Amino acid sequence: MIRSKLRLGTAVLAAATLGLASCASPDEGGEAAAEDVPGITDTTVTVGTHQPLTGPAAAGYSTISPATKAYFDYVNDNGGVNGRTIEYIVKDDGYNPANTQTAVREMVLQDEVFALVGGLGTPPHSAVLDFVNDNEVPDLFVASGSPTWNQPEDYPYTYGFMVDYPTESRILATYAQEEFPDKTYCFFGQDDDFGEEFQGGLEAVLGEDGLADVQVYSTANTDIAAQISSMKEAGCEVNFLATINGFSAQAVGTAAKLGYFPQWMASSAGGDFNTLSGYLGENTNKLLQGFVSANYLPGYSDTEDEWTAKFSEINEEYNAGAPFDGNTIFGMSIGYLFVEALKEAGETPTRESLLEALESGNVTGNGHAPLGFGDDSHRGYTGAMLTRVDNGVQSYFGTPYVVSGDEVQEYTEERPAMPADGLPE
Amino acid sequence: MSVTKRYAFAAAAAVLLIGLTFVIPSFASYQLATVCAYLCGIAGLTLLTGAGGQLSLGQAALMAAGAYSYALTANTMADAGTEGPLLLLVPLAAAVTGAAVLGLVIGLAAGRLHGPYLAGFTMALVVALPAVTSTFSSVLGGDQGLWITVEKRPASLRGTVSTEAWQAWLAVVCSVLVLTLLANLLHGRFGRHLRAVRDNPVAAALAGIDPARTKVTAFFISSAAAGMGGGLLAYTTQSASPGAYSLVFSLFLLMAAVVGGIGSLAGAVWGAVLLVALPHLISTATSRLELSADLAQRLDGNLAVAVFGLVLIVVVLLAPQGIQGLLDRIGRRLGPTRSVSVPPKSPTSPDSPDSAPSPASSTPTRLSARHEPEQLPATPKGQ
Repeated sequence: MIRSKLRLGTAVLAAATLGLASCASPDEGGEAAAEDVPGITDTTVTVGTHQPLTGPAAAGYSTISPATKAYFDYVNDNGGVNGRTIEYIVKDDGYNPANTQTAVREMVLQDEVFALVGGLGTPPHSAVLDFVNDNEVPDLFVASGSPTWNQPEDYPYTYGFMVDYPTESRILATYAQEEFPDKTYCFFGQDDDFGEEFQGGLEAVLGEDGLADVQVYSTANTDIAAQISSMKEAGCEVNFLATINGFSAQAVGTAAKLGYFPQWMASSAGGDFNTLSGYLGENTNKLLQGFVSANYLPGYSDTEDEWTAKFSEINEEYNAGAPFDGNTIFGMSIGYLFVEALKEAGETPTRESLLEALESGNVTGNGHAPLGFGDDSHRGYTGAMLTRVDNGVQSYFGTPYVVSGDEVQEYTEERPAMPADGLPE
Repeated sequence: MSVTKRYAFAAAAAVLLIGLTFVIPSFASYQLATVCAYLCGIAGLTLLTGAGGQLSLGQAALMAAGAYSYALTANTMADAGTEGPLLLLVPLAAAVTGAAVLGLVIGLAAGRLHGPYLAGFTMALVVALPAVTSTFSSVLGGDQGLWITVEKRPASLRGTVSTEAWQAWLAVVCSVLVLTLLANLLHGRFGRHLRAVRDNPVAAALAGIDPARTKVTAFFISSAAAGMGGGLLAYTTQSASPGAYSLVFSLFLLMAAVVGGIGSLAGAVWGAVLLVALPHLISTATSRLELSADLAQRLDGNLAVAVFGLVLIVVVLLAPQGIQGLLDRIGRRLGPTRSVSVPPKSPTSPDSPDSAPSPASSTPTRLSARHEPEQLPATPKGQ
């Protein structure tokens, strides 16, 4: 008995020591922080993010963080921000909230990041929302269209980025009513807040019974033939998609196999042509002809656009010439917005001054619609523009729209001009 | 007497680990809490698979049952306006009960199966989990899972104790409780019945032990322990989602039990620590190496799985009784003069592997550890 207890005791003790050893902070004895702001030294600013580098969402989104990193590297090579270089920690969470918990705790508690930038996904990020706000870590530009991030009262440290689902769904529905009146509208969405919020926005415009058929999928199950067949049988002509890229492609592909070619209208989260073509292969151009989706950032195919040209140049030089697509623009735009906010936060940024910079409204980003940041709003882009695919090229048409409340309006102001060399002034 | 000592030891371990949280950084406290939560699940497997010989691959599903029971209870109570310690204790009790009830139902079916059939059946439970949560997504929240309202640390501790340290305290106390209860069971009459049934069900039945009942009870107890683990995970992560209780995680739990030393609760401790420390050490190591972004991305998440596999192969080849078995062997070689006297009455009896200790006088955990490698595959033979 004594011996067994000794053994258990030894195991517990040794285990504890092992645990301690494994947790020793790697950065002890580093440079003294300026006024002890976590993640800020005289020469560096450390920020972190959680991304799906593996798992079900990886194929659609794993190229975002390399693009953000490329932009930061570009900034660092041009003198950094007020003499500080940006160190960017990327942790893989596999789009699994349980992993996000660990990854974000590690970045906040151990790596002591100054802020989180562009954490991706509604389910993963929801899992750490309380944690980051309890720890008073700026949680900027969450890469998800959920309106959850816009709750300044409850979550003062969290800011959105993407146009939220209720907004883009209203824009898509309004356009559909104008362009395809008297057609049968249907909806295919993800079985979570993404789908629910999007459906809510559509019904706000189309009416409670405006959707003839509503189908949902779960990311764990990649076979969606049953849902698509049901939509086909219901005679759906215009199908709204609240799907991540992989499932947008799956929906279009499955429908084509069934000989069913409706008008697709996708959320910006699942409407990037290059990413979709990665799934659809050689028939992409035929399958995606006329595919409409919302977007708000510079279009990657729009070579006339100064932002696109600059980002493309940075991509060549700092991202090893990786395929240039919507994800690249997205990642770099998040990087740009953070650098803009950090510059605005002053010579010696603190977490408070960073948030004040965002609330001031002086941080404008590079979208076709304006950002909603202010005292009482942490909403990201407040509107969107529509894109259509024609002969394998996805490009913008019409004017941008902004949404406030249920009202969809055309937005006529000019997009902020790009500062010299794409570096915020 | 020995039970009193066990309680004293448990209390000492709890105090020591809680004291540790004052010294270590908060991330390490979070890891400690995770270790304790995993430990509950692994210790349950130690009893079920190690001492009972029933191979279960479904421990994660039972932990999930605990986590979802916690989530549903806590959210219902919070909606009803409950606050304070009740909002912590009742959901934890619900987690244990929920998993135990599920374990009982599974056990009734699984009691009729053995070997690969039982393994397949329990594996199906884990595989079915995402389908179950999607099908009942209005209640269980689908893939996204449930967001849990938790009772945070008492106001009096705010400022002095971090959230993570508080979570670690709770997890330490609960897991020590679970381990003590399991140790009592394994050292008592139930433990003897369990091993008798495992080693030879026919002989056990002739001796008046009901094999079916013993097996079902083992499932029930193991599930209750897993439920506590799931409840603790639900509390620390504030969420219950199917992704957290995947098949891979379930296999990792069994692997941790085997690598640590199946059949001994000390082995379960090793296993739980490895399960948390190994991925962390690996990612720390790779982040320090200057790897190309592409390679780092490939290694991230995958390397830990590969290393786990390697560790498992090495352990099974070189130390089939796991880390704890290896340590015991080293201990015995290093100190041959330190004759470990097990029964107080005969202090001179050497602790040789050939001695056949009577259940009352030996440490049953070690007994099972020694018998495990030969006995586990042999179990079906007896049926």
